[in-house]
Amino acid sequence: MFNDSLKQLANQLTAKKISSTELTTEFLQRIKQLNSEYNAFITINEEMSLAQARIADKMIAAGEAGPLTGIPIAQKDIFCARGWLTTCGSKMLANFVSPYDAGVVERFNQAGAVNIGKTNMDEFAMGSSNETSYFGPVKNPWDPAAVPGGSSGGAACAVAARLAPAATGTDTGGSIRQPAALCGISGIKPTYGLVSRYGMIAFASSLDQGGPMAKSAEDLALLLNVMTGFDARDSTSLQREAEDYSRDLQKPLSGLRIGLPKEYFAAGMSGDVASAVDNALNEYRKLGAQTVEISLPNAPLAIPVYYVLAPAEASSNLSRFDGVRYGYRAESYSDLADMYRKSRAQGFGAEVKRRILIGTYVLSHGYYDAYYIKAQKLRRLIAQDFTEAYKQCDIIMGPTTPTVAFNLGEKSGDPIQMYLSDIYTSAANLTGMPAMSIPIGFGDRNRPIGLHIIGNYFKEAHLLNAAHQYQLVTDWHLKSPF
Amino acid sequence: MTLSVNDVKRIAELAYIEINDQEAEETLEQLSGIFNLIESMQAVDTETVEPMSHAQNVFQRLREDEITETDQHQLYQSIAPQVEADLYLVPQVIE
Repeated sequence: MFNDSLKQLANQLTAKKISSTELTTEFLQRIKQLNSEYNAFITINEEMSLAQARIADKMIAAGEAGPLTGIPIAQKDIFCARGWLTTCGSKMLANFVSPYDAGVVERFNQAGAVNIGKTNMDEFAMGSSNETSYFGPVKNPWDPAAVPGGSSGGAACAVAARLAPAATGTDTGGSIRQPAALCGISGIKPTYGLVSRYGMIAFASSLDQGGPMAKSAEDLALLLNVMTGFDARDSTSLQREAEDYSRDLQKPLSGLRIGLPKEYFAAGMSGDVASAVDNALNEYRKLGAQTVEISLPNAPLAIPVYYVLAPAEASSNLSRFDGVRYGYRAESYSDLADMYRKSRAQGFGAEVKRRILIGTYVLSHGYYDAYYIKAQKLRRLIAQDFTEAYKQCDIIMGPTTPTVAFNLGEKSGDPIQMYLSDIYTSAANLTGMPAMSIPIGFGDRNRPIGLHIIGNYFKEAHLLNAAHQYQLVTDWHLKSPF
Repeated sequence: MTLSVNDVKRIAELAYIEINDQEAEETLEQLSGIFNLIESMQAVDTETVEPMSHAQNVFQRLREDEITETDQHQLYQSIAPQVEADLYLVPQVIE
């Protein structure tokens, strides 16, 4: 059961071979058994999960079940869920019980899915290893000495360790794809604007995008069908016709043109990752695809541009945490300004403060044009590179990360080394294009490797098609650590 | 570009984050490294490029000026650090 696909679970539920209450209980048991070691969840709430399972069982009995009805889904602790502790991995929100549901949570509730718990994450989604969480690091289920990646590290760990059949994540610079790669699971960041940001605690609003994390592309398609859709409460939500993201899964890949950016295959990628990517590309050639070398000349600028724009937006978004209406307030202070300063100094962790300071600086008087406007101009050049590349290819492939998962503590003292973990992923956030990672094998110390698949705007079904066809002829996505 | 400890303290002041001397020194070192990374942006000529503020060409949606929220102040204030008589309490600002 723990290894079953979402479709297999749904079939067992509708055939009454198992109830949602039983399924939910089984997963809760497994979480209780393994979470003390892996720390994938910050909060579980048996009572609330089981109440949702009972509602799902009624929906199933009434013949009203959809594809996700009764299925436990782990929610990243960045999504507000009414009555649930919602911490965003921070001391600042360590006692924040959300009074409302995020748009994404509402959609899962309406679909009859069960919230199985809130997953651990880097504080305010700022990190690539899950080590900045106030609630402690998550361990990689393939090797407890390794990080799971981040910021959606708890979500990736939960799916890989089979503590949940699927999970939600968010991706601002690679936070779905990088942990998916390091934990050997599948994850997709959709086109910016497809998934509601309402109730998704903001980090960098023009880059943040929610998306699903699961074992396979087939599961991701079912999850995207529920997660996407217009939400008037998110000012950048896109008004589009609903899509069935499963529609193209079965299409053959003959004639598919895969672009390989020479900048992504340059020095920096480790040998084990390079050979796994080569093997995956050979599978694609066997499936009838052809590869073409392309160039994204401004790709090396993605990290510097990202580390101007994301902190700038973060410094603005995180100004709301002032110890007045919700969240942490310092115990003693002399006046209002001192209360702000102390509450923020004590409530935020080191990485979050670092990014607020960078953002404050690049937006400050005299530096705005040199940094912020400059970065926005380069953002356009990066986007134009991709648009140009899609004249020669249908989708783009490369490694998701330059290396397999690093060890806990290995990079936590060196912010720049940590930032470079997202060297291949952040461009898709700057451009707003959809991108995903799927498992393609194991490298150094038997740690997982991911293939990055990037597409033009609204090409999610196409990406999922390419991923699914690969997963039909390989079994990396079926491997589990224990 | 070279940052000084005083720059770090000024930024922290703007960001309303208390910082002591030792933290300012440590932060200076880290921020200097990050700004060196960021500095590589300056090598590209962007004179004629329009800034891209957003991933999609979005425009501000307008709506009718109607009440859509119900009164939930008690629920919202139930999670506030300090509330009295339906008001959020903060230290005295005006003498």
